[in-house]
Amino acid sequence: MMPRFSRFLTATALAAGMIAAPGAFAADFNVCQVTDTGGIDDNSFNQTAWKGVLDAQAKLGVKGRFLESQAETDYEANINSLLGGQCDLIITVGFLLGDATKKAAEANPGQKFSIVDYAYDPVIANIEGQVYSTDQAAFLAGYLAAGMSKTGTLGVFGGINIPPVTIFMDGFSWGADYYNKQKGTSVKVLGWDPVKREGLFTNNFDSLDDGRAFAQNLFDEGADIVLPVAGPVGLGSAALADELGTEKLKIVGVDADLYLTDPEKKQVYLTSIMKRMDATVLQVIEGAMKGEFKGGVVVGTLANGGVDLAPFHDMDASVPAELKGELEAIRKGIVDGTIKVGG
Amino acid sequence: MSDTVDRETLTRRLLARAAPSRARYEDLVVVPLFAVVVALVLGVVAMLATNVDLATIGRSYLALAYGSFGSLGAVSETLTAAIPLVFAGLGLALGFRAGLFNIGAEGQVLMGGMAAVVVGFSFAGLPFALHLPLALLAGILAGAAYAAIAGWIRAATGAHEVILTIMLNMISYRLVDYMLRLPWIQKPGRSDPISDSVLPSAELPRLFTFIDPNLRLHAGLILMLAAVFAVHVLLFRTKLGFEFRASGENPNAARVAGMKSGMLIVAVMALGGALAGLAGANQVLGVLGRASPGFSAGIGFDAIAVALLGRSHPVGVLIAGILFGALEAGGRQMQVDAGVSIDLIGIIQALIIVFIAAPLLVRAIFPWGFRGRTKRAGE
Repeated sequence: MMPRFSRFLTATALAAGMIAAPGAFAADFNVCQVTDTGGIDDNSFNQTAWKGVLDAQAKLGVKGRFLESQAETDYEANINSLLGGQCDLIITVGFLLGDATKKAAEANPGQKFSIVDYAYDPVIANIEGQVYSTDQAAFLAGYLAAGMSKTGTLGVFGGINIPPVTIFMDGFSWGADYYNKQKGTSVKVLGWDPVKREGLFTNNFDSLDDGRAFAQNLFDEGADIVLPVAGPVGLGSAALADELGTEKLKIVGVDADLYLTDPEKKQVYLTSIMKRMDATVLQVIEGAMKGEFKGGVVVGTLANGGVDLAPFHDMDASVPAELKGELEAIRKGIVDGTIKVGG
Repeated sequence: MSDTVDRETLTRRLLARAAPSRARYEDLVVVPLFAVVVALVLGVVAMLATNVDLATIGRSYLALAYGSFGSLGAVSETLTAAIPLVFAGLGLALGFRAGLFNIGAEGQVLMGGMAAVVVGFSFAGLPFALHLPLALLAGILAGAAYAAIAGWIRAATGAHEVILTIMLNMISYRLVDYMLRLPWIQKPGRSDPISDSVLPSAELPRLFTFIDPNLRLHAGLILMLAAVFAVHVLLFRTKLGFEFRASGENPNAARVAGMKSGMLIVAVMALGGALAGLAGANQVLGVLGRASPGFSAGIGFDAIAVALLGRSHPVGVLIAGILFGALEAGGRQMQVDAGVSIDLIGIIQALIIVFIAAPLLVRAIFPWGFRGRTKRAGE
């Protein structure tokens, strides 16, 4: 009950702030966002996408509002309740909303949609998808983690076995493999097999208890750096790392720079694999305002800043300068294409 | 004691039987009504405490009303949300009447939904008139079978049904995760746990798409009303229903009267599970068109509140289910119009349950709503 209640507090405070803030702009471009089940204040996935709308509010003077999905049964109902011309652009956040968004877009061809983490094939004229080459940033994180691990074992687990989640796990494993190839080491990655496409999944995006239990299991198997790819579920892993101490267990964050979005546990994050949904959401809103909206996809990459590795913050001193240099070289290699991210 | 006094008492007793006494009426109607009102008022307090200004609070309650009953679309959403709650609530009400506290509706919803979805995507080419009833029946049977497990263990060993049904819920979550990854259930081309899509011939048809294609209300509505009627008849007009109620009121008396308590427990659990299974089938065949790990969405737990609020009476369950459906649909509108968090709806629902569970508290807050003694005569 407590986390739910505190969630309620922050959400209402946020809502109150939202209502107080705009006004002055008297803008008439309405952006409506439907979240996935993690909730708007998950410190990572949904919150980052929502930040894009908040940025657009500050920069472009649009009016933003959001609808939280509490369960998968809400997707269609939530999108439906935003139809009827009250929103100039509806942004749905997450792969799992793909079917519901498609259905609504086909039934309402005059309504503009944008969806995070989904690309339609063939392209639907009134949906602009936002997808990310997350494996590029995750590759860097995997290399870094392999270089930082003392036990030679890394751990990873996901929310649900869907492409936008597993792409983190792919990149992370490949990055560790690349480290092994370069250094002749044998750092293991537990929890994901990029060839068989099987691994550890909590099968939800909201249980902090699962985040704790999965991290504990990986820790028991020897992992000293764990990458949870499951939105707020990772906060449970962070709580465990905080109790054990960062000497024993470090966490790699996802989506946002969790050092900044999760200040209570900031010390446990080695780094974060940032998926800059805020940047692409802002980009899509800006395009739609200028009348440049079109069906298709925008892709976030390491080159255009759509994905990136967060700074090391408090752990900066413990990352060897040599490793930092190698990471910089790999980043350049990925951007100019000399290093291929893949198995 | 003279003859006249005796006659007076007799008349009073006869009258009491003809019309429910005031105390009974208070318990059935006034307490739930006040519980809802107090919960709504305390919702305002919760919003004030979190710095929501009065104008926004006013707007959010207007949105709650508008979003639940203010338009055709709103009514459609309210009823769509209410249907599974009423089904599962009826199932739980049967258990409560028989003195069984079944917490397992969630698992039964999942099992019913899974069975319905499997039948729903298999058997391509079957006509609608055969396929849909078959899928519904599969849901009913799976729910009944799953609940009967708990009933049977209870009857055979005396293990408490609360524990049993909670355990079975846990098992059902993992079972669904497992089943959704079986190659013949999983949707082709997907690696996440999601089932294949239900064929059109097994879908519960949407009723009002000719008015507006976005109206989601489906034929489950008709089934729901039929279920309310059927449960009412079962409870109050049949021998089995009488036995349920008798063993709930006084298990010892029922046993002495020759009722087989073991059989009754299994029967009542299976019937309750059948209704919960129907709720699950209704969701996959009428709303979602497929199954995924979270498709039960807590219906089985919300239904406990619905059954309690409805005082385990079929009509009460119907009204309570519609109220909870209205809170869900209206809560969505509240978020859209006023930007107030959907979690407020959760708080209001929780408060309603608190006040239902503590009728004395309601009586203390609203003494003028009740007349005379607070206890029913003779108790």
